[in-house]
Amino acid sequence: MLGKLTWQAIPWHEPPAMAASAFIILGILGILILITRKGWWGYLWNEWLTSVDHKRIGVMYVLLALVLLVRGFSDAIMMRTQLAMAAGNAPGYLPPEHYDQIFTAHGTIMIFFMAMPFVIGLMNFVVPLQLGVRDVAFPVLNSVSFWLTAAGALLVNVSLVVGEFARTGWLAYPPLSELAFSPGVGVDYYLWALQISGLGTLLAGINMVTTILKLRAPGMTYMRMPVFVWTALCSSMMIVAAFPILTATFGMLLLDRYAGMHFFTTDGGGNFMMYVNLIWAWGHPEVYILALPGFGIFSEVIATFSGKQLFGYRSMVLATLAICVLSNMVWLHHFFTMGAGADVNAVFGIMSMIIAIPTGVKLFNWLFTMFRGRIRFEVPVLWTIGFMVTFVLGGLTGVLLAVPPADFQLHNSLFLVAHFHNVIIGAVLFGLMAGYYYWFPKAFGFTLHRGLGVVSFWCWFIGFYLAFFPLYAVGLLGATRRMQHYADLSWQPYMIVAEVGAVVIMCGIIATILQLVISIRTRESRRDLTGDPWEGRTLEWATASPPPAYNFARLPTVESLDAFWVMKQRHTGNTSNVYPAIEMPRNSANGFLTAFFAVVIGFSLVWHIWWLVVLGLAGAAVILVSFGWRERVPVEVSGEQLAADEAAWRGAGVPG
Amino acid sequence: MSAEAGLAALPAAEPLRSRSGAGPAPVRIVVGYGFWIFLLSDIILFSALFATYAVQQGQTAGGPSAHQLFGLRNAGIETLALLFSSYTCGLAIVAMEQRRMSAFYLCFALTFVLGATFLGLELTEFAGFVARGAGPTRSGFLSAFFSLVGLHGAHVTVGLLWLIFLVAQTAYRGPLDYVRRRLLCFSLFWHALDIIWVGLLTMVYLMGAR
Amino acid sequence: MAQIGAVVGAATEHESSGSFWTYTAGLGFALLLTAASFIVAQTDLLWQPGVAAGLVVLAVAQMGVHLVFFLHIGTDAEGTNNVLALTFGVIIVALVLAGSLWIMEHLNANMLTPTQMMDMQR
Repeated sequence: MLGKLTWQAIPWHEPPAMAASAFIILGILGILILITRKGWWGYLWNEWLTSVDHKRIGVMYVLLALVLLVRGFSDAIMMRTQLAMAAGNAPGYLPPEHYDQIFTAHGTIMIFFMAMPFVIGLMNFVVPLQLGVRDVAFPVLNSVSFWLTAAGALLVNVSLVVGEFARTGWLAYPPLSELAFSPGVGVDYYLWALQISGLGTLLAGINMVTTILKLRAPGMTYMRMPVFVWTALCSSMMIVAAFPILTATFGMLLLDRYAGMHFFTTDGGGNFMMYVNLIWAWGHPEVYILALPGFGIFSEVIATFSGKQLFGYRSMVLATLAICVLSNMVWLHHFFTMGAGADVNAVFGIMSMIIAIPTGVKLFNWLFTMFRGRIRFEVPVLWTIGFMVTFVLGGLTGVLLAVPPADFQLHNSLFLVAHFHNVIIGAVLFGLMAGYYYWFPKAFGFTLHRGLGVVSFWCWFIGFYLAFFPLYAVGLLGATRRMQHYADLSWQPYMIVAEVGAVVIMCGIIATILQLVISIRTRESRRDLTGDPWEGRTLEWATASPPPAYNFARLPTVESLDAFWVMKQRHTGNTSNVYPAIEMPRNSANGFLTAFFAVVIGFSLVWHIWWLVVLGLAGAAVILVSFGWRERVPVEVSGEQLAADEAAWRGAGVPG
Repeated sequence: MSAEAGLAALPAAEPLRSRSGAGPAPVRIVVGYGFWIFLLSDIILFSALFATYAVQQGQTAGGPSAHQLFGLRNAGIETLALLFSSYTCGLAIVAMEQRRMSAFYLCFALTFVLGATFLGLELTEFAGFVARGAGPTRSGFLSAFFSLVGLHGAHVTVGLLWLIFLVAQTAYRGPLDYVRRRLLCFSLFWHALDIIWVGLLTMVYLMGAR
Repeated sequence: MAQIGAVVGAATEHESSGSFWTYTAGLGFALLLTAASFIVAQTDLLWQPGVAAGLVVLAVAQMGVHLVFFLHIGTDAEGTNNVLALTFGVIIVALVLAGSLWIMEHLNANMLTPTQMMDMQR
């Protein structure tokens, strides 16, 4: 009846897992009770869960990312604590099979459910506003994308309470992830969660590409698009190019596990190297899918707070496009040591070094933008400068690793772990935090607490160096990644420093949470009535904060790059008070319901509950058919309504 | 705002040189373009399976090889069925645009019959292989074969269901703008399947049977 | 133009009346190329080591015919975007296919074969 699911699936005998489960369950119950008692269900359902507004969906993406940042970080600090303890004869407090699940969950969550939703969330929120349009190309699909990502995240967290998670590392290489060596449900949780969220990501990418290429305000030619839009376009194109490969690869592993096929098995003519090859054909573009929007955010931030046009706009665009293509040509550098001959290794090594060139171009552009600018050291600028320093160091160790002979020494060591955290935290996370602070007032109409933002930055910045630079050293000394215990006591001091670094980063996360709480409590005194708190340059600042559902009462006409800044200089912009009526898409429960059935299907597939799989598929089919049959009946917003809204915020905010 | 950055320093409003500044595109174009991007992603999905098939082709694990299994007669009939179904699908769209609805229904009926023929032949072939002990679990080669060709077959199946659904919608609602957009998306999908089949035919059957 | 030409392409609503002939021409070319593929594969017409290359060329040509005559790629004013997207897709597909084959073919260059490994354990 319940397939493989029994009472033994609940980890009764593992106190840490039970404590975490209890914490999650009580937390969710607490939130549900609070919502019920306050009577917020109607509001939540109508305004958020079924919303197809790109801004609301973007906010939900970012919220999901922040929650899972906490989850992923608690995995990280558990690992660091284990390694600070487990030297010589001390066993530490985490048994190996538990430790293995933790590092797998950490990597999976941080990439797929923290960084990806954060990036896509910011793109979702910002891109239509910067393009000067009212929504993305496919608003309902956008909601489906978000909810599928959330469904995947839910499945990963369910694995904590019911069953186990994979112990294979975040990319689940076979043959370890094959049924013969991982008979439990952990790998299945991993695979189904990522298949579901991967579909959501692909749809989001398609949506974003179409939006940018087909929906832009009048006058916004390609060479007038803000750099963030360019990076979002390239990132989304890479999503479209790379995520199908991930889906195919996981699909084949699933066929191996569920249907007894021989793609990656050690017997029957399987070849697990094909998995490694394909997963990195996705995996390397993925790095740039995450990093490029970060670069875009830094470009916006640095131009705004230097009070100057971005230096070298065209070279920035070209560099972004170059990265978009080159990043698909370097994937072998993730497995230099797996047997390929010198020809292959040399070509991919050189390609990996070439990709550093467009990245270097970008860095000089940012520096020259700051040169002779009037820099305001607001929090996003701190993140940007922190990024420049950190990312150059991470990039240098990356070029080092791109040399195949050096890679033979360094691969699978903590040096590698330090390197990729150096670039991912330096470029992606710092960029996302800068974007979070920068666009928060646009999303909610009030600014974040500056002091705590500064504290958060310095904690992350110092904590990062403390946590990861010792790992470079200890990696050179021979410490490998994914080790749960080590014999060499001389490594322990490095590990303890790294643990201190993790604690400092934790202070940064706490500061971020406090910042949010305090800013909400003091929001009346930090209102942004102008819609333009940073003296912005691009169109998202040309409307109210928070923007109305339709973004712009009348689509702005773009005459140049940095369209809003030029409008302000010329005092052009809105002159007439007559607005033609517009049509907006209706709310839709499709996204939420799709995700509900996706969770049902995923969970029952993990546990082999076949009747529930059939029910879930039937439910999903009903949703799909009703979606395909729907009539297009938009909501009309009348011209009078638009005029009234417009007068209200302009009267409140802009003097004159 | 820096005070000295006066109006003189501003870039002059450039005249529009390209159509890329024409403002948001009409829904029809947006939908078609989005679907086109989806099709590209689908083709990339197939390319991963093509690559796997090419790598696994020789991994027969002592089981039957491509040369022993594949005959070109079946593949030839399948090819013709799919090609002609693509043709009738195109004619159906032409008929719809000219509002010749009975021709539209006739052409779509032919598309369905030809597509179903293709699917029937493919399933018969699969069943034959399984009966000869050459099922997908036999070897790495057969896993790759069944998955690659089967994924295409699954697409055809979805296409046939979609076709019925859209014909019902057209009959119920008439050729409204949004119904026509959906029909055009379907036709793009159907033509793309034929393109993938050309790759399959060449790599799997024509090269394999030699 | 129907298909991409109408969906993705020209912003205007008018349809060209030549569509029937476009499809018929496309069908004709596709049939010719398919027949050629079968002949090349089954006869000694082509120099044997070149058959695989010949088949690939014919397949690519036929895909081009389908794209132009059935999907109407690149035959209209707004077509640039479609062609660019297609180019990107083709680059990715080519990289995945060629890269995977090259890498996988090369993968054992620095590895011992199982028999050599057995010898070492002895």
